[in-house]
Amino acid sequence: MVQFTLPRNSKVTKGKHHAAPADAKTVKTFKVYRYDPETGANPRWDTYDVAVDQCGPMVLDAILHIKNTMDPTLAFRRSCREGVCGSCAMNIGGRNTLACTHAWADTPGEVVQISPLPHMPVVKDLVPDLTLFFAQYSSIEPWLQTDTPTPQREWTQAPADRARLDGLYECILCACCSTSCPSYWWNGDKYLGPAALLQAYRWLVDSRDESTGDRLDGLEDPFKLYRCHTIMNCAQVCPKGLNPAKAIAGIKRMLVERVV
Amino acid sequence: MADATTTGKVGGSKPLSPHMQIWRWHVTMAASIFTRATGIALYAGALIAAGWFTALMLGPDAYGCYVGLLGSLLGKLVMFGLTISIFYHLAAGLRHLAFDMGAGFQPRTANMTAVGCFAFAVVASLVVWFLAWQTGGLH
Repeated sequence: MVQFTLPRNSKVTKGKHHAAPADAKTVKTFKVYRYDPETGANPRWDTYDVAVDQCGPMVLDAILHIKNTMDPTLAFRRSCREGVCGSCAMNIGGRNTLACTHAWADTPGEVVQISPLPHMPVVKDLVPDLTLFFAQYSSIEPWLQTDTPTPQREWTQAPADRARLDGLYECILCACCSTSCPSYWWNGDKYLGPAALLQAYRWLVDSRDESTGDRLDGLEDPFKLYRCHTIMNCAQVCPKGLNPAKAIAGIKRMLVERVV
Repeated sequence: MADATTTGKVGGSKPLSPHMQIWRWHVTMAASIFTRATGIALYAGALIAAGWFTALMLGPDAYGCYVGLLGSLLGKLVMFGLTISIFYHLAAGLRHLAFDMGAGFQPRTANMTAVGCFAFAVVASLVVWFLAWQTGGLH
């Protein structure tokens, strides 16, 4: 359902201001979405004047600095700090990206605004509930499916066939793309979203996979696949530079090609 | 999936994170919603065209009244909006045809074709209205 405004319990109120320490040389203001499930009060925007001369260049460096020196109650996910785990995906300056690979200096405007991935239930602060996202990923059965007997050694693949997986296998399932998509915002319960569909295409074009027909049957649905209207937000924000919109177009073409 | 539906997108008392409120728009996003909007406008345009035929059928009095309405300032504004809509929708349709053939998906290309659709709609509409003015179609 298209719903432009936030429900009443989700309206973001004005929050607290945390001033910079006295020894700060360069100060940058971060406006951070906060939600505390224990009070159940509405979310709020807290502002932090961060001494950016004392922290690293990335947004993740800055929010770790906030957590370590200014406000230990701030919750967010992070792990690898180098763009391979996908944990620290969040909305920074109005666009979804990974906090660990995005420099705070690259965000337009004076204030760096940080909120959780859009249109998701919030567990706490910058931590969204990704249950449905991963359920959708599991629904496309992301593993090699074969009928022929397992070979003595590995399943072989020609280099040209392997090359077809480039631009697909690199996906780290950070959910930046799916939660950037207005179609997924309005129909996330029925539309699989760019991430799951890119993964579906990754298995559809794998030369070793023998379930192509069944996989296509599973996707031929007015909502699961065809809610993609090539709005292109997915490709615009993917922090790995992948193109889910193009992969989805590939699935649509495979569905046409098998009937003509 | 049972677990997914119980803790789904609007699950429980969890607040919904901001979306439209915070998103910094891409030109491709504007192009997409404008395609939908002009499509809806063209439905109205089809009704206006049907009204024109009806007025034509009803005779000189009704026709004169209808054309007078279309020629009023408000009528001209609506007609100019429809001219923009038809040209934009045409360009966007061709852009989507390319998408369906698997072309034009690089963000840079998609941005350029989106800007191109907007530019084409404005320029083509101005040309048509200029020609209408030159040939005395506007009065």
